[in-house]
Amino acid sequence: MDSTPFRQSREVIRHEGGRARVSRAGLTLLVAALVALFLLFVTLPVASLFLRISPEAFLRSLTEPVVLDALFLSLATATVSTVIVVLFGTPLALVNARHDYPGRAIVDTLTDLPIVLPPAVAGIALLMAFGRRGVIGQYLDHLGINIAFTTAAVILAQVFVASPFYIRQARASFEAVDRLYEDAARTLGATPATVALRVTIPLAWGGLVSGAILSFARALGEFGATIMFAGNFQGRTQTMPLAIYTTMQGDLDAAISLAIILVAISFGVIASVKIMTRRSL
Amino acid sequence: MLAVHAVRHLRDFTLDVTFSVRQGETLVLIGENGTGKSTVLNLISGILTPDAGEIVLGGRKLYSGEEGIDVPAEDRKIGHLFQSYALFPHMTVFENVAFGLRCRKVPRPEIAFSVENQLRAMNLADLSDVNVGRLSGGQRQRVALARALVLEPELLLLDEPLAAVDMRAQSVMREELRDRIRNAGIPCIVVTHNLRDALELADRLCLIEEGRVVVEGAPEEVLGMRGNGFIASFAGSGPHNGLMPRAPITGHSQRPPDSRPLS
Repeated sequence: MDSTPFRQSREVIRHEGGRARVSRAGLTLLVAALVALFLLFVTLPVASLFLRISPEAFLRSLTEPVVLDALFLSLATATVSTVIVVLFGTPLALVNARHDYPGRAIVDTLTDLPIVLPPAVAGIALLMAFGRRGVIGQYLDHLGINIAFTTAAVILAQVFVASPFYIRQARASFEAVDRLYEDAARTLGATPATVALRVTIPLAWGGLVSGAILSFARALGEFGATIMFAGNFQGRTQTMPLAIYTTMQGDLDAAISLAIILVAISFGVIASVKIMTRRSL
Repeated sequence: MLAVHAVRHLRDFTLDVTFSVRQGETLVLIGENGTGKSTVLNLISGILTPDAGEIVLGGRKLYSGEEGIDVPAEDRKIGHLFQSYALFPHMTVFENVAFGLRCRKVPRPEIAFSVENQLRAMNLADLSDVNVGRLSGGQRQRVALARALVLEPELLLLDEPLAAVDMRAQSVMREELRDRIRNAGIPCIVVTHNLRDALELADRLCLIEEGRVVVEGAPEEVLGMRGNGFIASFAGSGPHNGLMPRAPITGHSQRPPDSRPLS
């Protein structure tokens, strides 16, 4: 008789344990379903690109001038804008990572601004600054320099939208370098410039490269600011995203081929960034 | 000869130290954690700037608050060994030791010659091309010392030089270190928590409490002042126990040596 309540309570526990197990299994199922659905949502459209075009059609459209022009222009402009971003962004990131000065928070916010700014806004803003009647553009026009609707405008638009991706990553990488190494280098006779070139930058290298790759990818995908500020002229300002938009209305195969090339580059970017930051895919 | 008077306002107290170290002499700084010993080294090597004072090394004024002199760290010709050694992880042993010579734009063949000599003297010749990440604590210490000595510094600052060395290797390394310091013939300041370091390396001992030099003198003399709580626990821990002293500072350093602390 003494053991009855005990047994009962054990029974209750087992019963509740069973219910908890059921609800946990249900939760697992729900999360798994959500994850699967989401992965499908991401992969299915990308996979559809490959399903909608035959390999022959893909290879054929690779020889079309509109595709080749866009491919060449995109790679060239994105490379140039990445170089510009790295040249200007590295000293800025290093200074902001290592030195406190009045207004540093403002500089940080301004360099981040293009991330949250809609590309169309960036496009019209660049036009208002560098367009023929723009704030700076009117003076450049007197000198015979015209930026808007040229390849230079494509590059400016890309630099504008892509710079934060590099600068943020570079700053974080510089901050992660132990100051002790810089101090040691100073006592060994290194000037601040030598410390930066021989110690800080090499130690932050992986982060800098992955930041540059992300910046390159963002530049490559630039659409809104480019079409507003640089226009859509084949061979001069028609980058791959613009060419996809244009050819989609007539030659769908060309649009899909360009899209597939961009997908391939994007995968390459993700893979290389993961490798650079030493994480597994 | 090094003459230091340095004042710097720290978060909890004001560091205000005055001392000098003769040519070929080794001064050992002891004291609780956080009393400013490492800060003193950083002020001398130029990593930190004093708020006031004067630092003179061999007739060169490295810092003077009054005259507005502040020689940058890279021009001070001081070898500074950090507690963790701060070897550059992206370089080999050779490149670490060659770093300072490269900064001085020494011609390549001369760099190779000096570095190889230095590595041989330090028994590191075999490790020349090894990445520093693969070295033991003792090897790291020797590389750090080689990296500083190859530049023929006018002053050596060692922050806990043996703390990262394996316990069993410590006494050998300590003797080695003492010989190297003697051979260099330059003033040397060692910061330590270890009684044996203090006994074997020091020509003179300095106790620092809350940013001030409270006792200074020959090692036996200073370690005999059992009236000071820190020294009592430091010296009382016995020659076999090189661990950090745990007893709190009593702050009665001026008490006569025979008045022992209670407990």
